[in-house]
Amino acid sequence: MRRNRRLAALSATLLVLLAACAENAPQDTLKAQGPIARQINDLMNPVFIVAGLVFVLVQGLVLFAVIKFRARPDSPEPQQIHGNTRLEVGWTLAPALILLAVAVPTIATIFDLAREPENPVHVTVIGHQFWWEYRYPDLGVVTANELRMPVGRPVELTLNSDDVIHSYWIPALAGKQDVVPGRNNRMQLIAEEPGHYLGQCAEFCGDSHANMRAKAIAMTPQDFDAWVASQRAPSVKASPGTAGEAGALLFSQKGCGGCHTVEGVSEGTIGPDLTHFASRTTFAGSIYDTNDANLRRWLRDPQGEKPGNAMIIPGAPLTPDEITELIVYLNTLR
Amino acid sequence: MAIVTPERSGSPALQQPLNAPVRFLRRPTGYTKGLWGWMTTVDHKKIGIMYSASAFIFFLIGGLEALLLRVQLGAPDQTFLRADTYNQLFTMHGTTMIFLVIMPLSAGLANYLLPLMIGARDVAFPRINAFGFWVFLVGGLFMYSSFFLGGAPNGGWFGYVPLSRNIPGHNMDYWAFGLQILGIASLTGAINLIVTVINMRAPGMSLMRMPIFVWMSLIAQFLLLFAIPVITVALFLLSFDRLFSTNFFNVAAGSDPLLWQHLFWLFGHPEVYILILPAMGIVSEVLPVFSRKPLFGYQVMVFSGIAIGFMGWGVWAHHMFASGLGPVAVSAFSASTMFIAVPTGVKIFNWISTMWRGKLTFTTPMMFAIGFVAMFTIGGLSGVTHGVVPGDTQQTDTYYIVAHFHYVLFGGSMFGLFAGAYYWYPKFAGRMLDERLGKIHFWLMFLGFNMTFGPFHILGLQGMPRRIYTYPEGRGWDVWNMVSTIGSFIIALSIAVFILNMWKNRKPQEVGDDPWDARTLEWTIPSPPPEYNFKEIPLVTSRDELWHRKYTEDEHGRSVRREVVAEQPKMEGTEVEPSGAEGNATPDHVDGEEAHEGSGEEHEEHIHMPSPSYWPLVTSLGLPVISYGMIYKTWAVAILGGVLTVASLYAWALEPATAPEDTPVHGPDTSGDDLEAVPA
Amino acid sequence: MTTTVTASSGSHAEVDPGHPPTSTGLSNEKVAMWAFLGSECLLFGSLISTYLLFKGQSQPGTIGPDDVFDIPYTSVSSFVLLMSSLTMVLSLAAIQRGDHRLTRVWILTTALLGASFVAGQAYEFTVFVREGMNLRVNLFSSSFFVLTGFHGAHVTIGVLMLLSLYSLSMRGKLPTSKAETVELVGLYWHFVDVVWIVIFTLIYLIP
Repeated sequence: MRRNRRLAALSATLLVLLAACAENAPQDTLKAQGPIARQINDLMNPVFIVAGLVFVLVQGLVLFAVIKFRARPDSPEPQQIHGNTRLEVGWTLAPALILLAVAVPTIATIFDLAREPENPVHVTVIGHQFWWEYRYPDLGVVTANELRMPVGRPVELTLNSDDVIHSYWIPALAGKQDVVPGRNNRMQLIAEEPGHYLGQCAEFCGDSHANMRAKAIAMTPQDFDAWVASQRAPSVKASPGTAGEAGALLFSQKGCGGCHTVEGVSEGTIGPDLTHFASRTTFAGSIYDTNDANLRRWLRDPQGEKPGNAMIIPGAPLTPDEITELIVYLNTLR
Repeated sequence: MAIVTPERSGSPALQQPLNAPVRFLRRPTGYTKGLWGWMTTVDHKKIGIMYSASAFIFFLIGGLEALLLRVQLGAPDQTFLRADTYNQLFTMHGTTMIFLVIMPLSAGLANYLLPLMIGARDVAFPRINAFGFWVFLVGGLFMYSSFFLGGAPNGGWFGYVPLSRNIPGHNMDYWAFGLQILGIASLTGAINLIVTVINMRAPGMSLMRMPIFVWMSLIAQFLLLFAIPVITVALFLLSFDRLFSTNFFNVAAGSDPLLWQHLFWLFGHPEVYILILPAMGIVSEVLPVFSRKPLFGYQVMVFSGIAIGFMGWGVWAHHMFASGLGPVAVSAFSASTMFIAVPTGVKIFNWISTMWRGKLTFTTPMMFAIGFVAMFTIGGLSGVTHGVVPGDTQQTDTYYIVAHFHYVLFGGSMFGLFAGAYYWYPKFAGRMLDERLGKIHFWLMFLGFNMTFGPFHILGLQGMPRRIYTYPEGRGWDVWNMVSTIGSFIIALSIAVFILNMWKNRKPQEVGDDPWDARTLEWTIPSPPPEYNFKEIPLVTSRDELWHRKYTEDEHGRSVRREVVAEQPKMEGTEVEPSGAEGNATPDHVDGEEAHEGSGEEHEEHIHMPSPSYWPLVTSLGLPVISYGMIYKTWAVAILGGVLTVASLYAWALEPATAPEDTPVHGPDTSGDDLEAVPA
Repeated sequence: MTTTVTASSGSHAEVDPGHPPTSTGLSNEKVAMWAFLGSECLLFGSLISTYLLFKGQSQPGTIGPDDVFDIPYTSVSSFVLLMSSLTMVLSLAAIQRGDHRLTRVWILTTALLGASFVAGQAYEFTVFVREGMNLRVNLFSSSFFVLTGFHGAHVTIGVLMLLSLYSLSMRGKLPTSKAETVELVGLYWHFVDVVWIVIFTLIYLIP
């Protein structure tokens, strides 16, 4: 009995320790890669430690009691103690004081994180079932699935939804905020190093909630400016004789333009703006890396790939050749 | 789990009431046996058993749903379940475990025990009690019928709008109407138990002498009384939006989706205290018995329970920390959330102190009770970390939250309820459960539970969100998900052991009144108790009344067994009730409750118990009929259901609580043939 | 009959012949009615809060309270309901005195006044609908109709209970010993009236 209990306690402790030695976890909240996430961890790590100490104390007392006071054949009847006022006061006040010590920095951090950022990049994030739209109002850029941002500068996200509640979350950079229709919740991200930061929608939003992923791509300021310029540049037109011509024709014939905007070609607003589609590393709510094989899977059966999403191709089904042509066309949209 | 009811004597001729033309429409009498007896019973003990048995079956179903979810999530990119199926299963798993398992298990125990613990013969309104059970059962079946009628609810157990407003199909209508029906059961049960505890305590049983389980259940009933109306309103507003296109949650009309969240969590947070307080009460009963010491700090335990009840109304928005409430609101709720940990923590220390310097025997109920203390501590600590708002913006909507609430609801409530099941099983069933199998159940469940939910802390902190039907490789979640899935099957195995234990011990045994050497009044009567509970209503002179009758204290305060169990003292001014015909015909009181305080065993009283009735069952059937009619907009059906409900209510109201034709129940020592010929 | 107990719990119950002693001295039914009314406070509180939260939030240009409310008309029907509480009290006094004929008069009057209130509301709502305000128009219309509809349903149930009391009394099944039944229906009735006063003030009177 004693051995079993000790074993149980040991394995529980081991479990907790193993958390720190996790394998590669790109959405790990414990490995902050930006000042906001770090500020959160700086607050939480001491709290976790305090909680851990209380855990050890309480479980220790339980284990001790269970071992020391078990009935033995010769043990006498226990004293019928009803209570102890000083103990009650003590174990009321002590936790209250500890919690007060936690509450004060908590509230300070809440207000600190709520401060207006300085010189941010403004981005409007619009949650759709099941993809993220990004609009840069000051820069005149519209894109989808990937949030491109410069390092070292706050990015202020204004969150909207046009259907249900979503939640925007890039764990390595910051906590999440809900994306509520009719409200303009705001949050900030700040990245320190260039790189790809993964996240996903964190509020149940329907069938493909699991397939609504997010990615923030942080770049040096120069690279970011170059990206902005390329996004603002007119898109490649598939003029007669170029590779994407057949696909461009299919794009309008099959009704794609009814949902997707391609600048100068179509003005659909239900699906992502595809003007610079080929410049993105992922698509379809970031569940796929952008490559031909994935594009083929997607165009063959978007509903099967991502149940419940809004993409129902008017001209479906597409033949394999038609898909090939469309892929060529999409690849020209840099 | 059949209860062996003592055979009643009585000539068959007097069993047929004198009016009622058609045989089966006749009001059943107190002698009705078999299935019809169970269906028309108003005996709180039978009702408690029915609540518990039904809830246990729902537990198996909810557990099966969980196993399916765990199979799907055991590895990345699995296709065992489709997205929509997964969403139905997780919605129903949560809804089932909360509303169809923990709440009715707590209600079942409270129903069975509260009258016994306060020295009463039944609850205040026995027929309303039966009604509450049938409404619960009918509501659960109604909700589950959706699986066969187009699909089960799939918007999450919390039903956030606009999603739940806009989901096509009837799935969420079943959810809304089903919960409304269940809400009626909870509300009527709450009123019943509140009146019972406030008004029907045995002489001498002041509030501060009541067993702590009665206190915790009472507080939970008050929480139900005030919380259920809030979700009732929320569900009506949602249903009206879905059925009649009202605008309550219509963003285009200017509604804020957070209105739903505020209403839901104003109910939802008191709800979690409703789920935990009865289990805390159970632990507070079990630990003293198997430590052979009183509960440490009884008054503090009572007041901390009351404090939790009050403070629980002030923390609801901690479920909404990421929804954009603004720093001021969020800070206020952060503070209130942290401070509700104080009364909760106080309880942990009092439980440990109860065991401290006790003489501990590790029976199965004791192990589950200690398991509660250990597991609930973990859940409570993770709960405090949620209160740190910036941290919560990382934790919320991840598996870290799922870890927290499973530790408090499974490691807490379910462990507590299993402790209660093992502890009171001998009293309910007249059989002892096998200790060896019980311990195997406990260790398997303890291991499986920690294997399943421990990793969730890690998964959440590693960024795995909730309510996702699949996840890709390369997130670092694969190993822990597999461990968790294996753990879930170990839990299933442990439950099989529990079922085996009940099956193995299905034959009645001679259990005696007090197999555990316990402290409270329910152990002064036979196992299982007779229909009338107490031959004589007890007179209570202290807390832990039974213990003080059995034991006195030496000069060190240690218990010393009395040579003769103290007799129940005679009360002042009691008159012996003549067992004649005087006044026995008419029910004295609308609820039929009649306590015959008497002295001396030689006067066998005629104890009038309220008569069975089928109206509670019939009335309850109207509710799903209304609901089906509303969902499918077949107004004739809805109106029919309404008529059925109202007409049954009238018939019920006009029926006296104790049928005049019903013959009284005899005490056990009577030879049984001085039955009164009772006038109609 | 039941014995009178001098219990050491200290509750000195005035035991009504025919009722066993309760721990509080109040009957089970009375405690139950108070508990029920407590929960009803939360029900109406949630509905009223919803209405107030929606105040001023409806889409501009859509129908609003100023377009449809007829305060004088609603004041009259409020007065009618208020008077019905008076007649309810009178019926209770009558049955406690043993004057069953007068009990029935006042019960019926209460029921009629209550029914008039509901009828007046129903008429008022048909006018609103004719003026273009139905359940679906905007936040105001949805929340107004649902709130007042719930209240009206409660009044209707009250009227049914009053008519049942009337019927019981006519058949001789409502003796003075059962006066508490009238008292409890009265409690419910007064509660429903108080809710209306709150609704009338917050929704109709306050701009």
